[in-house]
Amino acid sequence: MAKKKPVAKATKKPVKKATKKVVKKTPAKKVPAKKVTAKKVVAKKAPAKKTVAKNLLSDSLLELIRKTSAEIPDDVQKVILEALEREEKNTTAEYAMNIIKANIDLAKKKSQPLCQDTGTVLFYVSHPIGLDQEKITKEIHKAVVKATELGYLRQNSVDSLTGANSGMNIGLGHPSIHFHQHKKKNIEIKLMLKGGGCENVGAQYSLPHTALEAGRDLKGVRKVILDAIHKAQGKGCGPGVLGVCIGGDRGAGYIESKEQLLRKLDDKNAIKELRELESEIVETANKLGIGPMGFGGKTTLLGCKIGVLNRLPASFFVSISYMCWAYRRQGVELGTKNEIKKWLY
Amino acid sequence: MKRLDYPFSEEKIRELKVGDMVLISGKLFTGRDAVHKRLHEGVAPPVDLKNQIIYHCGPVVLQDKKTGKYEVKAAGPTTSIREEPYQWEVMRDHGIVGVIGKGGMGAKTLQGCKDYGCVYFHAVGGAAQVLAEKIKSVDGVHWMDLGSPEAIWELSVEEFPVVVTMDSHGNSLHDKVNKASEEILKSVL
Repeated sequence: MAKKKPVAKATKKPVKKATKKVVKKTPAKKVPAKKVTAKKVVAKKAPAKKTVAKNLLSDSLLELIRKTSAEIPDDVQKVILEALEREEKNTTAEYAMNIIKANIDLAKKKSQPLCQDTGTVLFYVSHPIGLDQEKITKEIHKAVVKATELGYLRQNSVDSLTGANSGMNIGLGHPSIHFHQHKKKNIEIKLMLKGGGCENVGAQYSLPHTALEAGRDLKGVRKVILDAIHKAQGKGCGPGVLGVCIGGDRGAGYIESKEQLLRKLDDKNAIKELRELESEIVETANKLGIGPMGFGGKTTLLGCKIGVLNRLPASFFVSISYMCWAYRRQGVELGTKNEIKKWLY
Repeated sequence: MKRLDYPFSEEKIRELKVGDMVLISGKLFTGRDAVHKRLHEGVAPPVDLKNQIIYHCGPVVLQDKKTGKYEVKAAGPTTSIREEPYQWEVMRDHGIVGVIGKGGMGAKTLQGCKDYGCVYFHAVGGAAQVLAEKIKSVDGVHWMDLGSPEAIWELSVEEFPVVVTMDSHGNSLHDKVNKASEEILKSVL
């Protein structure tokens, strides 16, 4: 889960730098090369084992980005279709859900972004001991640049001081890569594309919260979560899903709340109290009548996932990340040649 | 289902009411955060916005390297409330008759809609492919220095699906849903 800092180093002219380094190591491979050229290189280089593995990693990463951007995972599609069924016929809510359904089908068919805001590009890399994180980072950067050129990702990375768009989705903190060591033999890479609209309605509460009369217990947690849902109405492209973290410091809380969104929607929280709170929140949220897009209607929330971290005696944060209906997350388990062995969602 | 066809006019706009599902055909201009900020700073718009519709959208646009032709790959609405400080001014100074976005807008905009004859159309957020399909051509691009998502894209659309959530008679669906849901929230807290 350690945040990868070298991203910052590669900022000024990230693409060039990456290109130079790669060129040194594998002279035949040009980063911004056209698709055709890249294929030729793969073919020529086939006998050299190391290069094969590397090229497959690029292909696997690009395919991961494409699929994440264009196809909604099955567990999310299932709850969206259920929500469509629930809405009353001939209402604006049903109309919105029908457009959402049509959009899911069309994006998959055309292999194009579900939503034009391809969001913050968040990679979660779980790997066995001994992985060269710098190498993976470089490969991820290359795949992101390529995916941007191909239109799987929008040019979405803006210099906060100058307002200049890097045009490549590479820059300070972009893409966001989280590494985590695990005991399995294979590398697993998960990707989440989290749009700005839903990111903007995320919230962090510090308990006790006077105005909401929310104390430092699960009742208080419940109150602030429901308040966040009410405040998010219309703005976060509902119906959405909440990732919540109880506790932690401010930074860790938000990171954990996003990682909760990596859980499958139909999984069960191992902690009984949280499991109950998760379903109660969804049930209550759907009584608020906010509905799809805030048009009014029956489905306001598709799911809620809650995690917990220890806190300081002085702090009690509840961090909430909102994910829009265009819930773009996928993951792959890589094989020995870094080919896609298995899709994780 | 109602229809709104180009050329748009204040008269046609005044007929629309909150809750109307509308198919828009004709011209749209994208404009989001940086465009509104620049207009607010007094820079003259690069196109005449009189009787036009502004679409809060930062599309994914690819340019054919050979022909130079643009193609919109994804084009859903962005959150409109960020333009709340500026939108009424654009209505007053430039005569726009429609705004398309998502999430609705606030009191200043609602008043602007009433005073200057404008409506707020809600497109379905995230529906970038369905909406991009309704875009038949890219007719121009202005202020490209703001970056592709922030530039003004001149688009021709056919049967672009939206819902009127704020009309020119002081009604807002967002206010209504917000108040009703707030009452329910109080009862469950």
